[in-house]
This record gives sequence, structure tokens and C-alpha cells, in this order.
Amino acid sequence: MSTSQTTTTEHHPALAHHFDSMAQQQDASTFGMWVFLLTEIMMFGGLFAAYLIYRIKYYEAFVAGSTSISVTWGFANTLVLIGSSFTMAMAVWAAQKGKRKAQVWFLIGTMVLGAAFLGVKAKEYYDKYDECHIPGHVIGKGFNTWGGCELSNPKLGNIADEIRERYPDTPEVSAIQTAKHTEIFFSFYFAMTGLHAFHMIIGLGLLTWLLLRAKRGEFGPEYYTPVELGGLYWHFVDIAWIYLFPLLYLINRIHAKP
Amino acid sequence: MAEHSHPTPKLYAVILLCLVAGTVLTFFAATWDMGIFNPIVALAIACTKATLVILFFMHVRYSTRLTMLTVAAGFFWLLILITLSLSDYLSRTLQFLR
Repeated sequence: MSTSQTTTTEHHPALAHHFDSMAQQQDASTFGMWVFLLTEIMMFGGLFAAYLIYRIKYYEAFVAGSTSISVTWGFANTLVLIGSSFTMAMAVWAAQKGKRKAQVWFLIGTMVLGAAFLGVKAKEYYDKYDECHIPGHVIGKGFNTWGGCELSNPKLGNIADEIRERYPDTPEVSAIQTAKHTEIFFSFYFAMTGLHAFHMIIGLGLLTWLLLRAKRGEFGPEYYTPVELGGLYWHFVDIAWIYLFPLLYLINRIHAKP
Repeated sequence: MAEHSHPTPKLYAVILLCLVAGTVLTFFAATWDMGIFNPIVALAIACTKATLVILFFMHVRYSTRLTMLTVAAGFFWLLILITLSLSDYLSRTLQFLR
């Protein structure tokens, strides 16, 4: 039809005039969100590819660095994030079913779990700061993994010693060399978990906005696209962590002390 | 799409349990010396978990073909990036692996 049609039928206030129906509008929004998520895959993918190349080149250093981060906290945080994905999926479900109270509570639950994740991450970062495992010489006392961090406690974060303990045949020089190379591992660790944590912070912002709108009762079976798209973003961040956990924490835990 | 037959809370709970089981499994796989297969098993478990999240939590299984194709294209691109980069680094310079 070339002539514009003005229909008098009532339509949902959230329906933009260039869409025929709410379903069409939601399909278009979902497609757009996924295109955005593809650019996110490209951003994280570049880091993953670089990580894999350096992991192959400096495998021993990557194992030593990976073993020095707490697998207990990493494991717990993985469960927290998976749980938050579940509550997010439930929030979308509640919005779609028109259960307003449940929707608000599931959003709050997701935010609590997200904040818990960031809290644990902050604790882990602080531990690394304490052990002088932050790459470069800007933050803390400078990068050190061969016993120069805390002169009163040479055991703290001493990766060179740990390598010699685990493999007694290793010459001291090569143990120190490997310990120095863990700086590359920690660079990847902080870049990748840092980018991930940054996404979590943005996610918490999005959830706050969704929560305020949900409280006003803006979402229901007819219109819940923002909750759905916020969910897509949150699940994407969860997927990134699903890969980060085994790649950073679990390179080799054969000698793991329980 | 006309029929938005989204999953039920029961299915979400099953997916959650699968994801938790996968996390436990990936930890124990890392404590077991499988040589070259350690990273392969770890990535296989991670890919399975990611697929569950994408298909059910992200509703791709219930989405339009266009969305499915978009998602597939994204991960196919990631596969190209990683496979070609690694095949280059692993084969070009012999000194790289030493």
C-alpha cells in the first residue's frame, strides 16, 4: 500500500509506529541485541585467541600463575554467576507471565548474586595485590614472584619457590625465569577478568534500570522486551565466565592441594 | 514469531543443575592428568555449558531462524579467528614452540 493507513484500533503504548505488531517489534529488537553481542564475542574472542597463543608459548609459567590463584573462590564465583543467570531467566519468565512481584524479586536476586560475584572478585584482586602479582610497576610494590615482595615474609606469593618444591630438579635460574614469565599470565588474568567485571558493573546498572521500570509495572505478557534483552546481555557475560574459569583457574590442578 | 513457547521454570531448574554439574566436572577433570586432553576436555565442557545457556536461558531454541543464523555466524567467526591464528602460530615459526 502506498497510502499511509491510519488505523483506529488500540495498540500497546510501547509499540513503535514503524512496526506492525508487538511480536515483530520484539523479533527486531532481539536480532539487534544479538548483533551487538556478536561485537562482544569479537572483543572477548581477540583476548581468548591471544591468551591461547601465549599459553602455548609459556605453558609452564601459565600453569604456575594459574595455580597461584584461589580455585575455591573461582569455583564459588562460578556457581554464584550461574545462579544469577538462573534468576535472570526466571525474571524474564515472570515478566512474560505478568507476575509483577516475582519479577521484581528475581531481578533483585540477580543483582544480589551479581554484586556477590564482584565482591569475591575484589577480594581475589586484593590477594594478588598483597602477593605483588599485579603486572607492571605502577600498582603496589611492583610485580614480583620470586621472593622479593615482602622481605619479612619471603613465602608470600613466591612462585619460584613453589616451582622448585614441585619439581626439585628444576635449576634455580630456570625457576626464576618461569616465575618472571607469569607476569604474562597475570596480564591476561587481569585484562580478561577485568573486562568481564566491567561488563558485570554495566549489567548491574542495566538491572537497576529494569528494576525501576518493573516496579512501575511497565512489563507484562504484551511487552517485556527490555527484560528479555537485559537477560541476553547478562547471560552473555555468564558465558564469558564459563570459558574464563577453566582457562584461567584450571590450567593444571593435578597437584592441587584440597 | 507467533508462538513464543518459552521454557518453564522446571526446565530452567534442570539447566541450572546441568550447569552446576558441569562446573564440578570441569574442576575434577583438571585434577586428573590427561596430558594433551586436559584443555580439550575443559573446553568441551565449557562449550556444552555455553550451548545450554544459549539455547535455553537465551531462548535461541525458541527464536526465529534469523536469530539462530546470527548466533551461529558469531560463533563460526570466533572459530575462524582461533583456528587460523593458532594454525599460523603453531606451524609458521618452529622457534615459537621451542
